[in-house]
Amino acid sequence: MIRRFLSLEWKSFARSASFQTNLALKILMALGALYFIVCFLILGLAVYPILKEQGYNPVQTINRIMIYYLTADLIIRYFMQKMPVMNIRPLLVTPLKKSTVIHFLLGKTWFSFFNIIHAFFLVPFTAMMLYKGEPVGSTLAWWLGISALIYCCNFTNILLNNKDAVFYPMAGLVLLLAASQYYGWFDITAYTYPLFQAVFDTPVMALVPVVLLGLLYYATYRYFVGHMHLDEKLASKAEIAQTENLTWLNQFGTLGTFLKNDIRLLKRNKRSKTTLVMSVLFIAYGLLFYTNSIEAYQSAPMQMFAAIFCTGGFLFVFGQFIPSWDSAYYPLMMSQNIQYRDYLMSKWWLMVLATFVSTLIASFYLYFGWDVYKMIIVGAVFNMGFNSHLVMLGGAYVKTPIDLTTSKQAFGNKQAFNAKTMLISLPKMLLPMGLYSLGYYTHSSDLGALLVAGAGVLGFAFRDRVFSQIEKIYKVEKYATLAAYKQKA
Amino acid sequence: MIQVQQLSKMYANGVKVLDINELEIPKGQSFGLVGNNGAGKTTLFSLLLDLIQPTTGKVINNGVAVSSSEAWKPFTAAFLDESFLIGYLTAEEYFYFIGELRGQNKADVDALLAKHEDFFNGEILTKKKYLRDLSKGNQKKVGIIATLIGNPEVIILDEPFANLDPTTVNRLKKILKELAEDPNVTLLVSSHDLVHTVEVCNRIVALHLGQVVKDIQTSPETLQELEAFFAV
Repeated sequence: MIRRFLSLEWKSFARSASFQTNLALKILMALGALYFIVCFLILGLAVYPILKEQGYNPVQTINRIMIYYLTADLIIRYFMQKMPVMNIRPLLVTPLKKSTVIHFLLGKTWFSFFNIIHAFFLVPFTAMMLYKGEPVGSTLAWWLGISALIYCCNFTNILLNNKDAVFYPMAGLVLLLAASQYYGWFDITAYTYPLFQAVFDTPVMALVPVVLLGLLYYATYRYFVGHMHLDEKLASKAEIAQTENLTWLNQFGTLGTFLKNDIRLLKRNKRSKTTLVMSVLFIAYGLLFYTNSIEAYQSAPMQMFAAIFCTGGFLFVFGQFIPSWDSAYYPLMMSQNIQYRDYLMSKWWLMVLATFVSTLIASFYLYFGWDVYKMIIVGAVFNMGFNSHLVMLGGAYVKTPIDLTTSKQAFGNKQAFNAKTMLISLPKMLLPMGLYSLGYYTHSSDLGALLVAGAGVLGFAFRDRVFSQIEKIYKVEKYATLAAYKQKA
Repeated sequence: MIQVQQLSKMYANGVKVLDINELEIPKGQSFGLVGNNGAGKTTLFSLLLDLIQPTTGKVINNGVAVSSSEAWKPFTAAFLDESFLIGYLTAEEYFYFIGELRGQNKADVDALLAKHEDFFNGEILTKKKYLRDLSKGNQKKVGIIATLIGNPEVIILDEPFANLDPTTVNRLKKILKELAEDPNVTLLVSSHDLVHTVEVCNRIVALHLGQVVKDIQTSPETLQELEAFFAV
């Protein structure tokens, strides 16, 4: 049976219209994964001797921070890990046991990158422990216990999927705890440390996380079983619709018509709503850089990186997938009384407006001085003038349809921001980073800022020319895009 | 109004799904397209709307070659399938959206909607439902009426009768007959249902494996002729 499922999986991957773009991305992702694997390997080998050298007890120290390691893992998973996706509907009436389908679905996640990656840290670390003469029984029990906990994260994440109401308060609580530890008000690790240490001190305690894992697996399994009826969770829930007229946008003519639609799109679909939340989070991302809390972030290119990120959140999480947001009704857009240019222009304006608003919100960075806010403004100019065009250009080739409703796939993937988005964003940050460093190291930060802003202004100046080119590309790609959107993801 | 010249569509596997040497649809005609599955009806309509690329030949809509200019869009309206609906809008918002694209103000659209109130049968307007939550039949009603917004000169409907309840089918026939009588409107309708098509259209073209096999002006004998043709 498993063999048949695997062949189905392979077919859906290899036969999708976006196969080629997917393949290129997969290769990029593999390179990214390799990078993380090497990082974790080095970490796993080096942490033990370094801690020892610094006069800490390595195992105790690791156990102390383990709670943060696991929560960080959970948070990263929440945003990045894809849910096990499978089109369950057609399988419901086939003579297949539901349990087989679900076990396969859950089984797939065992081999997820987000689980495997930890082995690259844990295995060398455990090996190091043994090599340095920690008791064998305790060490192996600890390894087993922690591995089980990592898998617990895996299934917790599946259960948590898309329960923003649960997730965000939890993430907030963790941040609060981290902050209070940093400022020495309250130390959560004092309470959690003994739990992890117990596994090491009393090897038999390793059974606790293993049993927990078993229970979580069972809970996830039950959850999926309970949701496999068409009339319950697989069916779409009809929401009470709210009419919004947004008449104030009428004064912008056709542009206003499209903007109205895009605002509704953003507000009424789960997936696009998350992009809004993400954009706001991106604004806060600069805090890591400009509060001088992390040393590696002090260099000139990294400062520019943060500036681009702060205001470019919306651009990256929403803009990258233009025109895929309209994939469900792309034939309408292509046959209605819409000139291509108007359509593209409205998307461009949406991105420019969002970037502008982000820049306004980011004005709290003035607290860190004019220099910091200057960087952010420069980054915003670059985002509006240059990256907005780049994003639209890329959009012509992104042919992955976005299923806004996801009602047909109850266990569908609704995340807005995943590893894929991250990767295609990178080039848009490398250029300003390079330009800024060039100015910064040859002359001053002002020259660097000038270069970046200049590139942005140049983008504005050539807007019409660039748009004509983009329009041409969209027209050439039109038929392929229409065909690709016809397939449901 | 619409000229089709040496139009063919071939897919990579070498199968020709459409091959029409010459087809002329004069202004004001109501044109019915019938044929079995795979006859090429939707392919032809998609080509008329420049949604797919022809292998050879071209479509000219009111003097505009559809694949090289967008100037046909202002006077052409179509509803082929649900991908012409925007799922996250309510019916009213969708109508106003289309209206704005076609240069109609809210009052114009409201007047049109009021005219077709009985067609909606009280299931569409002020229902506080997004289009994605409507049933297939009700979605179709929305899509069909939306094509009437802004008095288009060319209206293309793919399988408008499918998925509709019997009462609505009769109401739709009334609407389509009215359009057929309007000398400014060129109406293109495809269907599997010979009776409905004959009733509404004054010219019927039958496609088989991508080729025109019958081209008849509707007369009292048309239905029999078609039924004989499709008989097993």
